[in-house]
Amino acid sequence: MSTIAVPHEAHAAGAHEHHEAIPFIRRYIFSTDHKIIGIQFLFMSLFFLLVGGLLAMAMRWQLAWPSNPDMPLPGGSVLPETMVTDGIMLPEFYNALVTMHGTIMVFFAIMPLLVGVWANYLIPLQIGAPDMAFPRLNMASFWLAVPAGLLMLASFFVVGGAANAGWTGYATLSTSEVYSGVKLGQQLWCVSLVILGFSSLIGAVNYITTLINMRAPGLTWFRLPLSTWALFVTSVLILLAVPILAGGLIMLFFDITIDTTFFRPEGGGQPLLWQHLFWFFGHPEVYILILPAMGFVSDILANGARKPIFGYHAMVWAIVGIGFIGWVVWGHHMFMSGMNPMLGGFFMVTTLIIAVPSAIKTFNWLGTVWGGNIRFHAPMLYALGFVSLFVIGGLSGIFLAAGPVDIPLHDTYFVVAHIHYVLVGGSLFGIFAAITFWYPKMFGRMMSEMLGKIHFALTFIFFNLTFFPMHMLGSGGMMRRLYDPTQYPYLQPQQDTNVFITINALLLFGTQLIFAFNFLWNLWKGKRATENPWEANSLEWSAPSPPPHGNWGGVVPIVNRGPYEYSAPEAEADYWPQTDVAAPVRAAPVSH
Amino acid sequence: MDGFWRLPQNIATFGGDIDRMFIIIAWITGIVFVAVEALLLFYLIKYRGKPGRKAVFTHGNSRLEIIWTTATALIVVVIGIMSRGLWLDIKDPRRFPEPGLELRITAKQFEWNVTYPGADGQLDTADDFVKRNQLHVPVNVPVKVDLESEDVIHSFYLPELRLKQDAVPGMTIEAWFEATEPGAYTVGCAELCGLGHYRMRGSMTVYAGTEWDTWYQQEIQAVAAAAGGAAPLAGVEGDAAPPADVAAAHVH
Repeated sequence: MSTIAVPHEAHAAGAHEHHEAIPFIRRYIFSTDHKIIGIQFLFMSLFFLLVGGLLAMAMRWQLAWPSNPDMPLPGGSVLPETMVTDGIMLPEFYNALVTMHGTIMVFFAIMPLLVGVWANYLIPLQIGAPDMAFPRLNMASFWLAVPAGLLMLASFFVVGGAANAGWTGYATLSTSEVYSGVKLGQQLWCVSLVILGFSSLIGAVNYITTLINMRAPGLTWFRLPLSTWALFVTSVLILLAVPILAGGLIMLFFDITIDTTFFRPEGGGQPLLWQHLFWFFGHPEVYILILPAMGFVSDILANGARKPIFGYHAMVWAIVGIGFIGWVVWGHHMFMSGMNPMLGGFFMVTTLIIAVPSAIKTFNWLGTVWGGNIRFHAPMLYALGFVSLFVIGGLSGIFLAAGPVDIPLHDTYFVVAHIHYVLVGGSLFGIFAAITFWYPKMFGRMMSEMLGKIHFALTFIFFNLTFFPMHMLGSGGMMRRLYDPTQYPYLQPQQDTNVFITINALLLFGTQLIFAFNFLWNLWKGKRATENPWEANSLEWSAPSPPPHGNWGGVVPIVNRGPYEYSAPEAEADYWPQTDVAAPVRAAPVSH
Repeated sequence: MDGFWRLPQNIATFGGDIDRMFIIIAWITGIVFVAVEALLLFYLIKYRGKPGRKAVFTHGNSRLEIIWTTATALIVVVIGIMSRGLWLDIKDPRRFPEPGLELRITAKQFEWNVTYPGADGQLDTADDFVKRNQLHVPVNVPVKVDLESEDVIHSFYLPELRLKQDAVPGMTIEAWFEATEPGAYTVGCAELCGLGHYRMRGSMTVYAGTEWDTWYQQEIQAVAAAAGGAAPLAGVEGDAAPPADVAAAHVH
């Protein structure tokens, strides 16, 4: 059925030979194969997801039972006295947990899980390329991320502990040891993020070059799957935003280290300059953290619904639109900062306008499931979870975008709820969808559908029970980053809610063990995957599972149509791979 | 903490407008939320996979795209215009009402120092006096505050007055409010400002007309009585010490 120019047997044999020639260390450790690098990023960022989750559990414990000697922090006794003393967490350690949870989750878990993993793994496979344009740069990208991660973790164990000025690192708390009690930890934070920034930058250069130059014959821009489109726009955002952060971080590092005063008023500096630099990077970053997930979910929804994605062109222009408008909304993070109120008025309007492309995407997802013949496989469930939870995260953003309503809500748990609906309900559900969907391609084995569905259901329930009540904590006035909410008498009646949230957060964390088991066990024990287990159309499903080095064994696939021709009337089956000339016959997925 | 959203009691003149805006947005987003989730659930049930059936083959509908894009754009632009007006009424110093009382609030780790103008009604004169963590204001009088910080960024947060404004070192930031209800309320810090952030708490007392005069005269006399007129740091109410166990834990 496949129109790839060379028969499967021949290229498979060629690939095998090619494999043997590469020594182990170059094949799995210092590999230049985009697939191995993607898998390396996957293991690294899942590890950091676990670390970030553990930090969150420690914070939740303190919030439910603040400084309560009857409820000592589990495992607290193994931590040094500068963190936990007699089972009671110290406020400076709590602030370090807040900071490191945010930093690790944003930079070392969600961002690489979306970009490092899938831009590497998917882009060449979805465009029919044998590898990235710059395979060695690609390897460097991963091997810069590793020391960055190690430095960040090491900062917990230096004098003064880890950075504790929040993941946003606001000056002048971050610039002065006198105010924060931390110097080396904050310096390591800067250095680690600058190194990670280089990793992201060379990754982005690679993804953009590969996408522009290495698409297979027939693969026009408007035949690209939305995953690839989203990763392309994301890469452009990374390329333009990360240098701003790196510049800011270097200035911050100088302020801490050689007494410059970029952000310190005593030498004429301006603390708000840091916020402008941070959020000029930071808001595009928010879209870096959601666009790829939107792409994966679009592909998986179309596959599950057995329908073309609804409004493909509108979806592409919505992604591109977010990529532009995303640059002029950063000021909404600074509504209460003392920035000129007229400027606030401008950012209010732009921020509300950026809701439009997000709404377009949501309505088109609804249009995609409408009239479908829906298969509820595990990836589809996660993708549907994404849609239903992203709606909540998007709508709660309207409250925060409206300046006057933001006055009481700014820096409260309403914001915490909002960001977690977007980054966990949105991005992380998208990541679960992507991992379960492409796992067979990556590892040549299937994950358990049953465990996937159980994990989805429990995660969906405990996620909502954990994060939905935070909206009310926030509108009830509970500030973020608060070590002990019971210190405020007006917050004491809400303490039961904090206990409720913590219990559900612990259950949410526990539920992830199901996913970890499903992921790890099936690496060895999973059912062998066929070439195209989901009966999908895009190019990666025409390569073997897992694809050999070079992906199609030196053959270039030829593309005849777009990736969403599900249930086309010309085709007998309800899918029609991009490489096929004739439509495939039902129940005969290509295998060999 | 009443109702679904647990909004604190409102005692600000502009608080009603903020709360109304909050409720309007809650209704708009609530309706969109229910409609989208219900439609999604309905489609999932109605279009669940059945063997032998084929999905509708369509790539979209331009008219629908135009309708829902325009409708969303109109809603958010209306919300934007409404918000911007109210926002400037509250935050733009050019629109502040003529203040009946001007205060300076200087934040530092981890306390709010409130400077009162004293007998002459002018700040930065010898008869100014300072209260730590105590904000005293008259009811139904517009109060203007100049916010400053000595060290890091703090955020001056009065939940009942629907007021939040960062205090930034090196800047003087103006804010205003007018309380409508006498009583005792909370002053909090909403920006992470260091290890004592959680206890950077003060109290606000709103006095009815004559009680305000009584309190203010009493304070002015106390200042005059103090030798040299130096501003005494009065009052430690709300200067919450850490709980005993935490304090103990700090003695390493």
